[in-house]
Amino acid sequence: MMDTNASINDMKQYIILRFDDEQYGIDISYIDNIVRLQPITRVPHTQSFFLGIINLRGEIIPVMSMRRKFELPEKENTNATRILIIKVDGNKIGILVDEVREVVTLTDADIEKVSSDSNDMRTYLTGVGKYNDSLISLLNIAGLITDIESEF
Amino acid sequence: MDLSQYLEIFIDETKEHLQNLNEQVLILEAEPENIDTVNEIFRAAHSLKGMAGTMGYKRMQRLTHDMENVFSEIRNGKMNVDADMVDIVFKCLDAIEGYLNCIIETSDEGTEDNEELIELLNATMENSHSDGSEEQQKEAAPKVAAGSEERKKYKNITILDYEKNAMLEAKQKGLNVFATTVYIQESCLLKAARAFLVFKGLEGKGEIIKSVPSVQDIEDEKFEFDFSMFIITEKSIEEIKKIIENVSEIEEAVIEQFEIPTEVQDSTPKNDKAEKEEKKTGKENDEKAEKKSNSKAVSKPVVNRSVRVDIEKLDDLMNLVSELIIAKNGLVSVSGGSAIQQDQTFNDQIEYLERITTNLHESVMKVRMVPIESVVNRFPRMIRDLSKKLNKEMELIMTGEDTELDRTVIDEIGDPLMHMLRNAADHGLEPTIERLKIGKPQVGTIRLDAYQDGNNVTIEVSDDGAGVDVEKIKRKAIEKGTITEEQAEYMSEKEAVDLLFQPAFSTAEKISDVSGRGVGLDVVKNKIEGLGGDVEVVTKLGEGTTFIVRLPLTLAIIQALMVDVCGEKYALPLNSIVTLEEIMPEDIRYVHTKEVINLRGQVIPLIRLNEVLDIEPVESEDSNEELDGLIVVIVKKGDKQAGLVIDRLLGQQEIVIKPLGKYIRVPKLISGATILGNGEVALIIDSNTLV
Repeated sequence: MMDTNASINDMKQYIILRFDDEQYGIDISYIDNIVRLQPITRVPHTQSFFLGIINLRGEIIPVMSMRRKFELPEKENTNATRILIIKVDGNKIGILVDEVREVVTLTDADIEKVSSDSNDMRTYLTGVGKYNDSLISLLNIAGLITDIESEF
Repeated sequence: MDLSQYLEIFIDETKEHLQNLNEQVLILEAEPENIDTVNEIFRAAHSLKGMAGTMGYKRMQRLTHDMENVFSEIRNGKMNVDADMVDIVFKCLDAIEGYLNCIIETSDEGTEDNEELIELLNATMENSHSDGSEEQQKEAAPKVAAGSEERKKYKNITILDYEKNAMLEAKQKGLNVFATTVYIQESCLLKAARAFLVFKGLEGKGEIIKSVPSVQDIEDEKFEFDFSMFIITEKSIEEIKKIIENVSEIEEAVIEQFEIPTEVQDSTPKNDKAEKEEKKTGKENDEKAEKKSNSKAVSKPVVNRSVRVDIEKLDDLMNLVSELIIAKNGLVSVSGGSAIQQDQTFNDQIEYLERITTNLHESVMKVRMVPIESVVNRFPRMIRDLSKKLNKEMELIMTGEDTELDRTVIDEIGDPLMHMLRNAADHGLEPTIERLKIGKPQVGTIRLDAYQDGNNVTIEVSDDGAGVDVEKIKRKAIEKGTITEEQAEYMSEKEAVDLLFQPAFSTAEKISDVSGRGVGLDVVKNKIEGLGGDVEVVTKLGEGTTFIVRLPLTLAIIQALMVDVCGEKYALPLNSIVTLEEIMPEDIRYVHTKEVINLRGQVIPLIRLNEVLDIEPVESEDSNEELDGLIVVIVKKGDKQAGLVIDRLLGQQEIVIKPLGKYIRVPKLISGATILGNGEVALIIDSNTLV
């Protein structure tokens, strides 16, 4: 456990994932699990961005596609495709991502707040983090979930 | 520690006592001379008072106290039971229920004093007040005399030196030293809580210098039905006794001034002896108690030995069983799929596992089962009140109260049943005068019959009233614009009666406050269907009406038929399936451009599952439906049927119903998901929404 890092106020750990050539970060405290791609059972007449449901050790978990949610072009799944299980208020939801890269620790100084104006993935950003030479868009999971709930 | 942790127990027990009182007062009304009933009522009222007092609900305590007084008068033969008195008592019970509901919501009893009721109560008492606690002491007196020496268990307790010193010191200061043995009723489920309430009650009134068993052991419920203690206090013996006995389910507190032993004792070896003796007396006591209960057995209902279990813990257990079943299904599919000659022992093991899981499943389900008694036992009282209110004579006959249903179903079924009973009383039964005119028995009969029928439980609510006038319903429906006159013409009797379940439909000519506002049967129907059941009406003009409610025994694990629709797997609950048919394409007819089939004289609509499930049809080479005919699963809902077109049958399986998770929107047609043996997920189709 890296609790020692988390206990320092302005440091947070993020899981870095990839969509196309962009890197996104999700606050690690939301992550319940990362699983390999498995058969997804389609659910008829549901929100369009839901791919269906999977079985995670006896529990049924809905899986959504970020690509569909943000109207990105669909892409073939590869060997690197993963389902990221995030947990909000005890409820789990799966997110299909192209690849999960690594875990990084960012301090407040590394993060730049962004103003959101366009209606794409950036609406759900809490900021942009700098790590080595690359930029990481940090996803606002709470906002995303609220948005899903409002569409329910 | 505070009292709030006992609030739940208080609420549960108050409910039980109220229910018991309601039942007993009803009996009393019918048999005013029944002394057993009076005693039972008195006991329950007394417990209520004690409980309300301990929890600090003063208003509730006052009302119950005055009510108890009335019963004390009746018990002493100073007062007779009459209809007015029974009415007032029922009002009191309602008022207490009011307090209780207030407590449930806000954990406070509210500010309603119910002065009027208390005055009424007091007015009914011809004779002067006699204190309830005095009565109770009188009652306790003979008991003490009978077994007083044996019941003074504290005599066997060894007092250690320092304890003795403390007592002597207290004596010198002019304080009282009491020794007491407290007996808890053997039906008590939460002995530790009761004991705690005793300690709590004594707190501040004096100092408990020793208790046997130790306080720790008592808290851990490591004791029989009694415990002894020594108290140093400035209060009187009566006050202390009263405090202890006010805690409900305390049978008795044997108490006396403690004579401090003068000789110095070596405590260790004697302790053992004392304990032995204690056990001995305990046994004698048990025997005595047994005898006592034997003699009482005729009048007293058997106490339900039960343990309250948090439903969440049960759910956890249930989930584990589910997983076990899934694992078993996995094994079964492995053994079936492999072409290699199966090892005999492997198959044996699977069968063994299957037997265990089935049994385990059954026993867990049984734990979740509750007799419907807990719901229906409030109905006799309701019918009595309705009878007065509507000025109709009627009686309620109930059978099969011990029929069991899943806890979740029980919680939901009360309101619909109540609604149907009100309907029967108000609309079903004719006014008494009319009944006499047409030669029916003066007293109308309403029946509630429950019984198990395979995997279903059926509850029938019937009356011997006027029955449903089909023509009247049709007229009303035309008036309301629900149907056209033409439709009415061709409507079968059955369909017309089903109009009753339409929203906002009531044939009652005048609206009473019992029923007839037209919100009702549709709600009843929705609720029952929400529980996976169905409701049906059978009626005969002039002879009566019967509502038949069918409910599934359990909700979590069901038998299902697995089917394949365009390569996707779905589960169809077996209980709604009638038959499987093979239909030739040329047999399909069209009515209003909809596909139907004629099956043994019945016209059944055909539903293409791939269309309603929004599956893009895959033209695979082996689907030669034009040549082979269609596989159709005939499903039913009540009397209606529909045929579901599927591609392939995969066989019957026991499935575990799982929710789909919070964020995903699930269409009504899908009632849940299940995990198959190979880990795949299949959706469960609720065919009720299709028929």
